[in-house]
Amino acid sequence: MDVLPKWVDTVIIPLIGVLISLIFSGIIILLIGENPIDALKLMITGALGSTYGWGYTLYYATNFIFTGLAVSVAFHARMFNIGGEGQAAIGGLGVAIVCLSFGWTHWFPALLAATLGAAIFGALWAAIPAYLQGKYGSHIVITTIMFNFIAASLLNYLLVNVMRPTGSMDPATQKFPEATSLPSLHDMLEPVGISFSKAGPANISFLIALIACVLVWIFIWHTRLGYQLRAYGHSESAAKYAGIKPFKIIMISMLISGALAGMMATNNVMGEAERLIMNSTEGAGFIGIAVALMGRSHPLGVLLAALLFGFLYQGGAELAMWTTIPRELIVVIQALVILFTGALENMVRAPLNWLWLKSRRGTS
Amino acid sequence: MNIKNLITSAATILSLSAFSALAEPALIYDLGGKFDKSFNEMAFSGAERWKADTGGSYREIELSSEAQREQALRRFAENGNNPIVMAGFAFSTVLGEVAKDYPDTRFAVIDGYVPDQSNVLNIGFTEHTGSYLVGMMAAMKSETGTVGFIGGMDIPIISRFGCGYVQGVKAVNPDAKVIYNMTGTTPSAWNDPVKGGELTKAQVSQGADVVYHAAGGTGVGVLQAAADAGILGIGVDSNQNYMHPGSVLTSMVKRVDTGVYDSFKAGADLAGGFATLSLANGGISYAMDEHNVSLVTKAMVDAVEEAKAHIISGELKVHDYMSDNGCPVK
Repeated sequence: MDVLPKWVDTVIIPLIGVLISLIFSGIIILLIGENPIDALKLMITGALGSTYGWGYTLYYATNFIFTGLAVSVAFHARMFNIGGEGQAAIGGLGVAIVCLSFGWTHWFPALLAATLGAAIFGALWAAIPAYLQGKYGSHIVITTIMFNFIAASLLNYLLVNVMRPTGSMDPATQKFPEATSLPSLHDMLEPVGISFSKAGPANISFLIALIACVLVWIFIWHTRLGYQLRAYGHSESAAKYAGIKPFKIIMISMLISGALAGMMATNNVMGEAERLIMNSTEGAGFIGIAVALMGRSHPLGVLLAALLFGFLYQGGAELAMWTTIPRELIVVIQALVILFTGALENMVRAPLNWLWLKSRRGTS
Repeated sequence: MNIKNLITSAATILSLSAFSALAEPALIYDLGGKFDKSFNEMAFSGAERWKADTGGSYREIELSSEAQREQALRRFAENGNNPIVMAGFAFSTVLGEVAKDYPDTRFAVIDGYVPDQSNVLNIGFTEHTGSYLVGMMAAMKSETGTVGFIGGMDIPIISRFGCGYVQGVKAVNPDAKVIYNMTGTTPSAWNDPVKGGELTKAQVSQGADVVYHAAGGTGVGVLQAAADAGILGIGVDSNQNYMHPGSVLTSMVKRVDTGVYDSFKAGADLAGGFATLSLANGGISYAMDEHNVSLVTKAMVDAVEEAKAHIISGELKVHDYMSDNGCPVK
């Protein structure tokens, strides 16, 4: 199938997919009696037209970068990690424990410790399904998705019975100490003379996400281990023949994947809510799968896809606030994007292949 | 992004929302969604009633994520919407922070608890008293001597419903058995009609022939299963008698709509503090209409009316679960 040049495959095909999904969304918006052009304008200005909008778009994008990278890393070893949701939730538990159990005086050491805590908790949560897969061949898709439910139940128990402050109706921990409050983009950009809206929850963990992108890129394509991981993903038998141990690769890919998913909690738990609430991940783990698919499991693609989904989330919130378009329809639009860029990608690719071959024949 | 860009983009947003006149009130529904046939929908109907009466318009949003609580509050406050009304206790923490930043904006939160902000009105209800009355009716109507209670999320405010109900049941029939279930411990328990139906079936199999729910959207499944099983349900929050005429004994009406209506009406002059809607001022009642008139006898109404008068006068004290996080009867 690899007849198209790489840039068409990685840039043009997703763009066409997004375009088709926008056309379909437009038709649906038209059918419920709103103007699709105005709706699109509102989404763009609401999500990208102000630093307020960027504050939210980047906040959502940060979540999706982490979970998208998590799915990507595992996918290079052909491990389909559906458990990002649970790993991120347990990562949140790690962040909460770190933030609440030590007397922090400055956010910086707190962030380092929280990132580590989140990564370790997330990795441990992924380690069990990985071990079961590596040792006993239990299918990773089944076990990771079941671990999402176990994570939800565990957090449910802890938040309702153990971590909830007495007298509170909300199943959530108490607020983290003031010192663990992360600098927002507003705080970070003000010293350099850029005025950024105070309202958006985007914070310094966005930079951690960017660093994670670079590190994942180096790991996958420029280390021996990354090479082994990819080799194993491409052909298990060839990798075995070359002396690569499947168990080791499964464990390592899943541990890194779980750690990345867990690290999402520095953004949503430590950066935004500043306390651990029920269902803090809100589906970001699952969006991560779409992000990784759309980004072709490449960190740069993941970054761009995460920005797109961040845009859809924030633009969708603006639609819900200022128009009569119901929130369910925003989910429909997101689903259409996933459908056309992920699932139906061959629908776009096949005609492009044909066109490409035809033009090649014409020139030669 | 430099200042000029910022101003232009701010202007774009303002022009987009220019059709919204200043001091338009705003209403924020909780995650359960606007059309839950219960709590949120009640808030919606209050806002609609205000709109019909005054010809005004209002802004509203159904949240789809936790991060949007603060976002919606700030956006509406910055847009000049006033007052901003929230339906649900879960807004308390966020509102406690946001309200400080907008001292000129008035907020009202239904079931919430934000005590230290002068610009926040906490609207509360005496749900235990209304639940007591419907508990009495359930016990009088029950032939098996077993009735059921299905709560939504297991939090103190729902135990307040349950505890009041049990007290009412026992006041009529001290030997009655109350089967007591909560749907869950997470917010999803507000919107799980399937589980509501399953719990109802389980209670029916244990002999319950009247089931009262305080479970938001989950209750749709409770009332459906009760009607299917040929027993009686009791609705909550809004008057749900119409949903299955002849199969809903009554509804414990919590006038969330009145809370919203009054807050909207007070407009920018809304006073902060606490407001309690109770049996005395009609904020809490039990529903009687053409759909349940054949189910409720005159004797039942008389007994309930007497108890109601005694509760209002203070002769009859219904224990409030939230006063000590405990219930004297089981």
